[in-house]
Amino acid sequence: MHIPIDTFELDNGLRVILSEDHTAPIVAVNLWYHVGSANEREGRTGFAHLFEHMLFQGSANVEANEHFELIQRAGGTLNGSTWLERTNYYETVPSHQLALALWLEADRMGRLLPAMTQDKLDTQRDVVKNERRWSVDNQPYGTWWERLPELTFPPEHPFHHSLIGSFEDLSAASLDDVREFFSTWYTPDNAVLTLAGDFDPQQARELITGYFGWIPRGTGHPTLPDMSLPRTFGRRLHSVVHDAVALPRIYVAMRSPVFGTREYYSASVCGAVLGQGKGSRMHRTLVREQRLATDATAFTFDLSRGSDLLIVDVLGLPGVDATALEQAVEAELDRVASEGVTEEEVARARALIETQLLVDLESAEKRADRLSMFATYCRDPHLLNEELYNYRRVTAAEVSAFAAEYLGAANRAVLVYLPREAAAELAA
Amino acid sequence: MTVAAVRPAPGPPRPYHFPAFTGTRLASGVQLLVAPVRRLPVCTLSVVIDAGAELDPQGLEGCALLTARAMEEGSRRYEGLDFTDRLERIGAALSATADWDSASFSMQVMAERLPAALELLAGVIREPAFPASEIERLREERLSEIAQIRSEPRGLASETFSRVVYDAASRYATPVGGSEAAVRALTRDDLVRHHDSFFTPLRTAVIIAGDVTPDEAGKLVEDAFRGWDVEVAPSRPRRGEPATRDDRVFILDREDAPQSELRVGHPGVPRTHPDHFAIVLLNAILGGLFSSRINLNLREEHAYTYGAHSAFEWRRGPGPFTVRTAVESGVTAAAVAEILKEIDKLRQEPVTNAELSLARDYLAGVFPVRFETSLAIAAALAQVVTYELPSDYYDTYRDRINQVSAAEILRVARAQLQPSRLSVVVVGDARQIREPLRGLNMGEPAEVQLEGAVQPASS
Repeated sequence: MHIPIDTFELDNGLRVILSEDHTAPIVAVNLWYHVGSANEREGRTGFAHLFEHMLFQGSANVEANEHFELIQRAGGTLNGSTWLERTNYYETVPSHQLALALWLEADRMGRLLPAMTQDKLDTQRDVVKNERRWSVDNQPYGTWWERLPELTFPPEHPFHHSLIGSFEDLSAASLDDVREFFSTWYTPDNAVLTLAGDFDPQQARELITGYFGWIPRGTGHPTLPDMSLPRTFGRRLHSVVHDAVALPRIYVAMRSPVFGTREYYSASVCGAVLGQGKGSRMHRTLVREQRLATDATAFTFDLSRGSDLLIVDVLGLPGVDATALEQAVEAELDRVASEGVTEEEVARARALIETQLLVDLESAEKRADRLSMFATYCRDPHLLNEELYNYRRVTAAEVSAFAAEYLGAANRAVLVYLPREAAAELAA
Repeated sequence: MTVAAVRPAPGPPRPYHFPAFTGTRLASGVQLLVAPVRRLPVCTLSVVIDAGAELDPQGLEGCALLTARAMEEGSRRYEGLDFTDRLERIGAALSATADWDSASFSMQVMAERLPAALELLAGVIREPAFPASEIERLREERLSEIAQIRSEPRGLASETFSRVVYDAASRYATPVGGSEAAVRALTRDDLVRHHDSFFTPLRTAVIIAGDVTPDEAGKLVEDAFRGWDVEVAPSRPRRGEPATRDDRVFILDREDAPQSELRVGHPGVPRTHPDHFAIVLLNAILGGLFSSRINLNLREEHAYTYGAHSAFEWRRGPGPFTVRTAVESGVTAAAVAEILKEIDKLRQEPVTNAELSLARDYLAGVFPVRFETSLAIAAALAQVVTYELPSDYYDTYRDRINQVSAAEILRVARAQLQPSRLSVVVVGDARQIREPLRGLNMGEPAEVQLEGAVQPASS
């Protein structure tokens, strides 16, 4: 399997990746800006994501919400998302509509600010506050993805604070912040543009050069504080949340090697051994044999700087004693750390990962997104074609070595959710 | 070099056809649909069986789903973990589930592993092991899902909505997975009976999309199901009767909830309704698209919510028409009023040309994007099987969409959006929202409990 990859760079620093595939007459346009919640300044948590909303509020030649309308009218799908280290914007359109998608992305990269108004900011601020209520505050376990980074990264670290942001900080965001954030981070030399699917490479080059080529290079941006961290926590971290949930849930996060490194692939395979599929360690032990949990999974956060996290997520059965569940999860981690994993386990994990890699590449949108990811984090989109190889060469010995170093008690951050009623009983 | 302020015009569209597929019935009676798509060496394999939740007997709701899940526990030949291991070692993650209309067993595999995957899957379809102790575990897992839903506003609102708009005798009143009482009542014998009655060759379709030829697939499937010869039992009645009641506003109290989770709607129409395409367009304009009336109103104009959508849920019987959103508690009644206003407006005057062309252009234009992956193509073929759609359904889809007029949408809006039948369900902080909801003039809000019969209005 080989995905065709061609790259070039505009004079203003915009890196472009082209990946042709003419199976269907559609093309994915995918733009990664190398900025995320990690780049927010003190007192502005949630701003990178609020800013993502503002990018759909029009630009010099586009009305508010018109971006959505024009792409949908063209028969396309679109969205954007914000993560700790990046913000992405993407559309998949019928191939004869490629120029429109590129033009829209270029208009907002080059000429966003004339369209920004206080009214639009106020509306999107309220929309985002409602997004926070909906996905975090009024959702069982919804706070896990801000509590876990808070527990696992030191307070001064850029990954420590909330991505969706606090109400207070969202309220404080101003139009000046919008202007400053835009001119600092939304510059061609801080972005990667990927096209995947059905297009003519010569025509695509011309369109991209014409629409994006005039946009001035950025004038530089503040460097992030040193993000490096010790390889492990060095101790066991623990936090308990009493919440409006029905079932106990336990997240165990372990520091783990950053995305794209050789050791990352061992970590990723180890994650699959632990928690991908019903034959995985955690599922087998906690769900099937001990009948303490109703589900158990494991995954990596895929962070590229400082330290990644490998997370085990276990949902308890109703009424199960959370302490017993916690002990069982950690006992299994102890076992893997001390005894290692078998060849069979690694073969099973690799087979599931291989299928998933191929299945993801069926979609132009995901193909483009993965290419942008490797280009942004590792500065090399060709790593996509080496992924399969990088997984296949992981040996059981490497996974066992990874487990011995990273799965031990001194590298665990345990976040426990307890139903409020159960918590009250414990206190009584 | 141009710095274009003018938006570019589209080029000439490149031709697109839904992937050609073959449909045959094999000697065993099993139906086989194959869509060869050669992009990557992967396939999606699905087995779809006319054995959905609408066939559950009264008092045993959840039987179809538990049966499907229990089939992940292997065949008589490869039982339990042995079955899971054999599948996962070839990189296949089986998803076994049931919805209202069918039971389905799907997986994605590398093309070279298709024969092994098919053999394992056929084994479990024909002769599931149904190990008793694993059924107990799966029952506990289903009960934990029920417990989980009770603390989860979105699921709670949807389940409560179904409970108030469908008659208690309707299968649609209870979730696909069944109520706590029904799940506790189910026995292994019920699962075996469900399997024996409905898992028969004539009710079974095998669908393969991806890197495979119809000839290869035909041979593999013929071999896997050879000699599967079971008597076809008479089917149970399908049931989906709507409710008639006087109460129209229902509150499920969640003290101090920061948002109200809202559902507004009524029972809709079956998937095979002759106005299907006009209803699809009507819904796109009302709340199906980002630029729909309800989303632009509630999100972009009023900033009440992160998002608001509407849908006609398509089933063999009349699935619900529902508007769904979550809004800040303080604007609950105001948001409901806006939704009612938008529904009413669609019944009063024709949609604009701009709205109609947006919805048409989107639905017709996005067609090739929708059916890009083998998984999406297999799911589209499952629709052909389940709803007995004509074999040229996808070839004529875009024409059918483009033929719908504003006058037709107005006619369908008047027939299918029925203000007098709308129910409103709110999962939220009753103290804050009860009084404002009274102001809607839809009668006294009724309090509903987590389960059981709906109480009459209190004061």
